[in-house]
Amino acid sequence: MDIKIKELTKTFEDRVAVDHLSLTIGQGEFFALLGENGAGKTTTIKLLSCLMEPTSGDAVMLGNSIVKEPQAVKKKLNISPQETAVARNLSVKENLEFIAKIYGSDKKEAEQKATELMDKFGLADRSKAKGRTLSGGLERRLSIAMALISGPEIIFLDEPTVGLDVRARLDLWEILRGLKGQITIILTTHYLEEVEALADRIGIMHKGRLHALGTLDELREQTGQAKLQDIFLQLTAEEES
Amino acid sequence: MRALTFAQRNRKEILRDPMTLLFGMILPLLMLWLFSMMAENMPFDLFTLDQLAPAIIVFSFSFITLFSGMLIGRDKSSSFLMRIFASPMTATDYLIGYAVPLLPVAVLQIAACYGTAVLLGMPVTVDAILGCAVVLVISLLYIGFGLFFGTFFTDRQVGAMFAIFVNITTWLSGTWFELDMIGGTFEKVAYLLPFAHAVDASRAAFAGDYAVIAAPMLWVAAYTMVIFGIAVWGFKKKMRG
Repeated sequence: MDIKIKELTKTFEDRVAVDHLSLTIGQGEFFALLGENGAGKTTTIKLLSCLMEPTSGDAVMLGNSIVKEPQAVKKKLNISPQETAVARNLSVKENLEFIAKIYGSDKKEAEQKATELMDKFGLADRSKAKGRTLSGGLERRLSIAMALISGPEIIFLDEPTVGLDVRARLDLWEILRGLKGQITIILTTHYLEEVEALADRIGIMHKGRLHALGTLDELREQTGQAKLQDIFLQLTAEEES
Repeated sequence: MRALTFAQRNRKEILRDPMTLLFGMILPLLMLWLFSMMAENMPFDLFTLDQLAPAIIVFSFSFITLFSGMLIGRDKSSSFLMRIFASPMTATDYLIGYAVPLLPVAVLQIAACYGTAVLLGMPVTVDAILGCAVVLVISLLYIGFGLFFGTFFTDRQVGAMFAIFVNITTWLSGTWFELDMIGGTFEKVAYLLPFAHAVDASRAAFAGDYAVIAAPMLWVAAYTMVIFGIAVWGFKKKMRG
């Protein structure tokens, strides 16, 4: 089962944030959504994760409609927001267990899952550290681990490496590579080298509309540009001219 | 289950913040002690412990408003609320989760203030049982204000709003002076708000003056329901984006 987005539109009072967006994302695909600030990426993520109701259109997330069955959709997905969203006075372990429990795990299962993820994400030695004491890199890792602890089929990563140093970013890329194929990942980022390194397919949004869609090679062929940065600039500049 | 899990998280967040202890517990006790000392040199009996202690207990609840408002405001600005909005939790789960952990904080404040008042010379009476029950109900009003502020304002705005709120709740409640000393419009406005009624009800309950509790408590109950109603409406609206 895929994610099928059909004519998804979100209008605010004075502007159209997402304009008749239609695309299909395959199960297990690592999909990157690119766009300038205000292009509609975050609104799209909010719509797909049922944080916002669309003005029109729909999306069927692995068989469930975001309009008709938002509770069923919510059970299948999890998100790692741009602002890490870690509980600052809870320890690493408590943060993980908390999310596991609100997705239905009992105490024992939550503890077991938390231990597994702390090992996987290199957080085990900081299990008792409070969220507010973590470095930027560890906070990002915890944020993604919190998104994975519910066993989601779809995960949204909003700017997962923003503010990280090179080593922390590369470490996180390795973790994300390890997830490829296991769950559907929808990534938004401004770091184009991240997209080149990780994404199976790329969608470029501009002024609420999907401007280009394809693999990196397909976009190269479409634009005649070699670098993703040039592809991005070309595709988003055409609209302005 | 989810609501209780969320309540546990919120309890930890509140009680692990040293400002909670400082403002919520120590400041009211300090004021109780200072004003009871002043009472010895005052020509009127406003600051005698039987008048002062119930009013200080109600005053201490203002900090519950701050704790809950700041917690929700911070959860919004750190996107923690976004993370849990994407979970299968319902609006009722959230509001129970935010409100429930504040009741034990209120109980602690009541116990600390009453215990201190007894140590300072307030006589122990059976009426104190009803008094404690009445002020616990009054604490719901202040919890409701916290949910209201947190729902509609950011954490920084909540801090600013609290400065205004705590002034209104003390100046217009008759805690520090008899409202009829000023009279006129000031007194009328004070009695259009719930805070003076809350202080009147708490003093009457601790004094065992049952006949005069009902009317001010009706004011308090009506305001509590309206404030909770607005907070629930606002919260649900935020959940839908």
